[in-house]
Amino acid sequence: MAKRIDVSGLSAFYGGFRAIDDISMTVEPRSVTAFIGPSGCGKSTFLRTLNRMHEVTAGGRVEGKVMLDNEDLYGSGVDPVSVRRTIGMVFQRPNPFPTMSIYDNVAAGLKLNGDHKKKDLDEVVERSLKGANLWNEVKDRLNKPGSGLSGGQQQRLCIARAIAVEPQVLLMDEPCSALDPISTLAIEDLIADLKAQYTIVIVTHNMQQAARVSDRTAFFNLAEVGAPGKLVEIDETERIFSNPSVQATEDYISGRFG
Amino acid sequence: MATDTPPAPATPEQGSARGVTHRGDRMFRGLSRGSGIALLVLMAAIAVFLSWRAALAIGADEANFLTSFEWDANADPPRFGIAVLAFGTVVSSLIAMVLAVPVAVGIALFISHYAPRRLATPLGYVIDLLAAVPSIVYGLWGALFLVPHLTGLYTWLDEYLGWTGLFAYDGGPARSLFTAAVLLAIMILPIVTNVSREVFRQSPKMQEEAALALGATRWEVIRMSVLPFGRSGVISASMLGLGRALGETMAVATVLSPSFLIKASLLNPGGGTFAQNIAAGFKEAGSTGRDALIASGLVLFVITLLVNGAARLIIARRKEYSGANA
Repeated sequence: MAKRIDVSGLSAFYGGFRAIDDISMTVEPRSVTAFIGPSGCGKSTFLRTLNRMHEVTAGGRVEGKVMLDNEDLYGSGVDPVSVRRTIGMVFQRPNPFPTMSIYDNVAAGLKLNGDHKKKDLDEVVERSLKGANLWNEVKDRLNKPGSGLSGGQQQRLCIARAIAVEPQVLLMDEPCSALDPISTLAIEDLIADLKAQYTIVIVTHNMQQAARVSDRTAFFNLAEVGAPGKLVEIDETERIFSNPSVQATEDYISGRFG
Repeated sequence: MATDTPPAPATPEQGSARGVTHRGDRMFRGLSRGSGIALLVLMAAIAVFLSWRAALAIGADEANFLTSFEWDANADPPRFGIAVLAFGTVVSSLIAMVLAVPVAVGIALFISHYAPRRLATPLGYVIDLLAAVPSIVYGLWGALFLVPHLTGLYTWLDEYLGWTGLFAYDGGPARSLFTAAVLLAIMILPIVTNVSREVFRQSPKMQEEAALALGATRWEVIRMSVLPFGRSGVISASMLGLGRALGETMAVATVLSPSFLIKASLLNPGGGTFAQNIAAGFKEAGSTGRDALIASGLVLFVITLLVNGAARLIIARRKEYSGANA
């Protein structure tokens, strides 16, 4: 199921403002790639260009190329809706649909795709909730609203919702920043399980988290406030955290960065 | 009624516990308490007056007040009933709702989620402007433009739906309940649109993005996150509109040619509404006649209360799932 992402010469804009500049990288399938960097360096913006969510923002515009295996995501005639069905996303704050039950939240994506058979849905909902390590906690209250769960449970519900449609890639935008340490640990364990099947990209402000969960780490930086964010380097996580090839990375990792 | 128990006293009492009462605090407390009490006294006075005069009229009434089709309140003995008025009021308002709410929700969604900003802002102003038109102007427009132009539509409706009875039309000026309802629909459109638009605009971006990231199209985003979130707001907006439609006087009085008959056909002239009947009859009514009109006004008040209560029930029923606890 997992596919490789190849980005070349990608820039993203908000109106006239260039938020990220000329980024090229490869994201390997069945691995976890972490994006780290200071606030405003464009790592979230870059993440959102990977499933064409960036252009939803007013004035959002992208130049460059994103290849998913052999398919150009920004090619003419490519429907952004189908891109988003292939590349799932988990957000910073848990955002289950408040008007839907736990069951309907997980089934939401499938219903969009037109799969309506009740028996199939039951199976997928169970498999996805198990996949998100949430099944045992909610199996007796699938018809209760998702907003009644704790923050960490809600975030795992959102992961279940994202993997229910069996995406090729799973993008996570600081998925643990609104969670307590125990819920964070649960999500990190889950990420380790999920990478057997999915290509995972995670944006995080927590460098220990990047070190714990990822195989490869990309460091983003910006020259000054108002300047576009750039990719400084991407390498094996171990190498980034022990012996990075760029001085700026080492400064940031070791906390000597302003 | 909230003025009954203002949270304000807590602060001044803390002040007096320390032996200090600020002059400004005292004055403000007196002022706000006084306003609250004045409102209650005023409400009570109106209620007592209306009930008393209504009771006088109903006592003198020789016909059944609730079921009679007659309205001879000035005769001796007076004979009058509100059946025709209640029917006309409820039916014309309901038709107005059916016509206006879907259009209003459509416009509100267009402004909040489809239109580019360049178009959305002026469109919002136009809708606001529509709300500022006085009802007598709507009435004049209705009588001079709508009535002659609806005859064509009524003939067409009669041809294809006449067999239902509801849409039978015998020709003649279109001064019917349905015409009144069309006019009411136009009049309540702005308020329903504006309130719905504000609600849709506040629908959480987080949920919209969640739907988008699942591969939802724009319409699916609206169906999955915007409409469920806005549901109770749209109901409230509709109730505001319904309140206006139920009580609308001049516009209905200008386009309707009233009669004290309940007909199956909505398109043929006749019928009446509470407010229209009061406006039409108040000047020439004698003492009992006026009291009878007041009694009919009380019934309108009760109907409005019931409608509002029902709306609150609908909103409260699914509170657990509402967007409020997102």
